[in-house]
Amino acid sequence: MGTTNVSTAAVSPFEKLRLFTQKYKKWLLLALFVVVAIIPLVYDDVYYKNIMVKILMYVIIASSLNMINGYSGQFNLGQAGFLCIGAYTASLLATRLGWNFLVTMPLAGIVTMIFGYLVSKPTLRLSGIYLSIVTLGFSEIVRLVVYNWTDFTGGPLGVKGIPAPEFFGISFKETDAFYYLVLVLVVITLFVMHRVLNSRVGRAWMSIREDQLAASSLGVELRKYKSQNFMFGAFFAGIGGCLFAYFYRYIDANMFLLDEGFNVISMVVIGGQGTLVGPVLGAVIVNTLTEALRSLDQFRMVIYAALIIFMMWWRPQGLAGASNSILAGGKLRRKGKAADEEESDEEGGSIT
Amino acid sequence: MLKINKLRVNYGYVIALRGISFHVDENEIVCLIGANGAGKSTTLMSISGLVDKAGGTIEFKGSDITGTKPHEIVRMGICHVPEGRQVFPSLSVEENLRMGTISVQKPTKQYIQQKLEEQYTLFPRLKERRKQAGGTLSGGEQQMLAIARGLMSDPELVMLDEPSLGLAPIVVEEIFELIQGIKRSGKTVLLIEQNASMALSIADRGYVLENGRMVLTGTGRELLVNEDVKRAYLGD
Repeated sequence: MGTTNVSTAAVSPFEKLRLFTQKYKKWLLLALFVVVAIIPLVYDDVYYKNIMVKILMYVIIASSLNMINGYSGQFNLGQAGFLCIGAYTASLLATRLGWNFLVTMPLAGIVTMIFGYLVSKPTLRLSGIYLSIVTLGFSEIVRLVVYNWTDFTGGPLGVKGIPAPEFFGISFKETDAFYYLVLVLVVITLFVMHRVLNSRVGRAWMSIREDQLAASSLGVELRKYKSQNFMFGAFFAGIGGCLFAYFYRYIDANMFLLDEGFNVISMVVIGGQGTLVGPVLGAVIVNTLTEALRSLDQFRMVIYAALIIFMMWWRPQGLAGASNSILAGGKLRRKGKAADEEESDEEGGSIT
Repeated sequence: MLKINKLRVNYGYVIALRGISFHVDENEIVCLIGANGAGKSTTLMSISGLVDKAGGTIEFKGSDITGTKPHEIVRMGICHVPEGRQVFPSLSVEENLRMGTISVQKPTKQYIQQKLEEQYTLFPRLKERRKQAGGTLSGGEQQMLAIARGLMSDPELVMLDEPSLGLAPIVVEEIFELIQGIKRSGKTVLLIEQNASMALSIADRGYVLENGRMVLTGTGRELLVNEDVKRAYLGD
């Protein structure tokens, strides 16, 4: 009695694949890492290598957005603004002051984090669409300020001649070297995120996502954890922006249009919010599509849009999301209710 | 232990509580009953600091907590199990329970482990399902999880908001058994119920709320046989 378990009778092949990957997670991760690490050694084509570097950078950026959107349930649309701040911080420090990559990268993260705090503070009372609109506005404000503040940022001319990262006597000018640099950072980023998500802080974020009232009744300080979450996400977005600057060696404000923000969001949504693998998958898929469909030019956007709509309809929790995720369109709650009814039926029977 | 004095709460221009006063003594089960919209949940929410108060004072163990923030109130030893089994659906049972210690400052691993064991002995069914997502539990189990999660912070006062809501009669009995168990372990319980006969039969004292006012008070037994209560809430 009372033990009615909600087990989906027919497990979809997708769910099977997900369970399989969960079972052999460590081995699969190791195998994936090895494959990704040796690709540049065996496959020698700068064009494809550049695409892979791009994918890796977007893994960091999409993951950073996922920290905010996927784990605390705040819907941030302004990731491009954070990227912009990170990229400009790093590139200005590198070109004007000649500071080393080892200094500019963490600084880019920290400065972006401070901006994350500044955005989160006044918006703590907002949620849902209102918060999204504020972040959207923030993103545009940042871009326009950068675009028009010619003395400081170079304005429409952008920042030119960003040096290649170089430290400990190693130059990361070659694509291969830069590829490994980014790969190491991706691994560190995902590891840190994994650790934080499995800590008290990570659980507090998730509790806010799932039920704010219950969370605060348990003593979760909503304001504190929400703004911490924003700062955490912004920090990694800043790192991503910094890598952007060093990769392209030239940045201007128009690289950080709202399109860029939506691009990142589509990765998170397609891959699966609220999972660590999701944004990785999303980054691979969206970037591959971008390159594969380059010949279609503007029609690519139509395809993205169609893809997102299709995903929302077919698998709202994203490719990697669990079918019992809260993001799976409230299916879970409905199932929960069905279980209650079943339960009371059974009990009714046993009493009479 | 808990003293509420002329508490008033408004939601905008809707008046929810029109100055209610009551008190809860150590190690007793006090039950608030009343119809929908009488202000029962609002009372609990204002004790745990989740709604703003328009007037009155709340005193807990001799200190004034009227304006204290929710997380500090939890830290002082009041736990609030909100209405409608608010478990975190995609966190596992164990993660849900761990969330209960969020208000404890720097808990040691042993502390958490010990508290987890305590809950598992009190609620053996949760142990069987520790790895399962909270949302996949049955209604009764979710309610147990919500209560167990509240107990993780080792509170002195446990406030339960309609624990029997939407549960089958036999499960309700089990839950009420557990509530008496909580009292036996030395804690104080403030209970809100629509299931008045059940609640009053285990309560030491009871209060009847009507339209934001306290209209009646007495021991559980007195209220059970009171004609007005019978007519309004017990249905006979």
